[in-house]
Amino acid sequence: MTDAVLMVPTHADLAEAVLRESGQDVNLCYQCGKCAAGCPVSYAMDYSPFQLIHATRLGLDDLVLNSKTIWLCASCETCTTRCPQDVDIAGVMDTVKTIVLRRRVKPTVPRVAAFYQAALGSIRLHGRLFELGMIVGLKRRTRELFKDTGLGMRMLRKGKLKLFPSFSGARTARKIFDRVRKLENQRARGASGEGDRK
Amino acid sequence: MTTTYAYYPGCSLHSTAAEYDMSFRAVCDVLEVDLREVKGWICCGTSPAHSTSRLLSHALPMKNLSLAEQMGLTEVTAPCAACFARLRTSLYEAKRDPELHRQLQAVVDGPIPELVSVIHPLEILGALGPEIAEATTHDLSELAVVCYYGCLLTRPPKVMQFDECETPSSMDRLLGFLGIRTLDWSCKTDCCGGALAMTETDIMLKLTHDILEEARGVGADAIAVACPLCQANLDARQAEVEERYETRYGLPVLYFTQLMGLAFGISPKRLGLHKHLVGVDAVLESVAPVTEPARGAAYG
Ligand code: SF4
Ligand code: SF4
Repeated sequence: MTDAVLMVPTHADLAEAVLRESGQDVNLCYQCGKCAAGCPVSYAMDYSPFQLIHATRLGLDDLVLNSKTIWLCASCETCTTRCPQDVDIAGVMDTVKTIVLRRRVKPTVPRVAAFYQAALGSIRLHGRLFELGMIVGLKRRTRELFKDTGLGMRMLRKGKLKLFPSFSGARTARKIFDRVRKLENQRARGASGEGDRK
Repeated sequence: MTTTYAYYPGCSLHSTAAEYDMSFRAVCDVLEVDLREVKGWICCGTSPAHSTSRLLSHALPMKNLSLAEQMGLTEVTAPCAACFARLRTSLYEAKRDPELHRQLQAVVDGPIPELVSVIHPLEILGALGPEIAEATTHDLSELAVVCYYGCLLTRPPKVMQFDECETPSSMDRLLGFLGIRTLDWSCKTDCCGGALAMTETDIMLKLTHDILEEARGVGADAIAVACPLCQANLDARQAEVEERYETRYGLPVLYFTQLMGLAFGISPKRLGLHKHLVGVDAVLESVAPVTEPARGAAYG
């Protein structure tokens, strides 16, 4: 960490955006550390969940937006379940990721962001997740062509991966995706005065 | 009396977890639980949706619940723990947040369902103790099983309202009806890293390793699960874990519905037991037809 990062700003922009978008008030956190103690992934994170919540409170927005923590979170909900102050920490992680993508900050764990995009692309196109197509899309994005190939072959042989997508529901899904995007763009434009770039 | 449920299989039960779908349908047949697949269902969005757009993450589940309501059904069952969690969460959030409710109306065709509830197969089948005892024709009491509930069935409890969140027992009780011995262990609701399986494989392997270690440590012959992501990590990735940690488990990982099916005398093929990557022979060998007196003892 550099000194510049540790300069505490007077205003917590991101904390306000999180409150607005998810209803979660990080200022309720009293730093008991319970969320970090139960987190199965904290050993691999750059900031443990309670550090991340605290940094958000302090307005260290760049640190939070560029943390690996948000992408490594496995969404297991242990922290949210155990927080004595009823902070939905897993929900905060989700909201921060959403803001990172919307502000076009470069994700610090690009592979995870690429997975989200590949999966959502497949769902939008087919209505249901087409695993094989999604895996190909992910490989294209991450250029990790041979990751998990052996496992994929074994699952294909066991008839656990479909060779062809189903298209039932494709139209329904596309409509929803497009309407959501439109509404979100409208809101982002409305909120751009409050610090969110579109 | 037959009860009819709208059945939301979700993507996994149509592909990587086909055996969960097959075995759930098979045991429902025996127990006269009527399942009607939601017409035109779409993916619930799972973690890629809730990590990137709050509105999308609730719009996709809500659309499915609305499709179920259009079939005239008010109880929707979703065996996949991840789908189940997303469906229940969306109902909870739409009730709690009027602004979200308003936005959902704008993006989901048709009215937002008000009367629909979401119910897990463990809740449906767990209420059928006497019927299950009646249908049990095969003895599985040789087996010692650990029940693995994973993250999403019980957490967060405020939303999920499912069992006791840190030490659930509904699956243990259900398998108990079949005469299966379930063991206490400390990993019931630990995380297997399912959301990271495709991306942060090292983390997933570590978490899955910890679970397999504990299962073996308490002397389990098999692991029972209710989630396709958990099953994929524990079964399909077990060889990878063994290689990474230079050990050998050979632990079969079965859906609780497959164990029920075996106790009901349904053929392994119909239960999709040939689809597992870790061999299930040890489990099959311990299944024996029940003698009459032992039958009553299974329940009660
Ligand atoms: S558990 Fe809650 S109160 Fe405790 S440190 Fe974490 S966020 Fe703060
Ligand atoms: S939800 Fe994320 S941050 Fe919370 S305990 Fe699980 S992995 Fe850790």
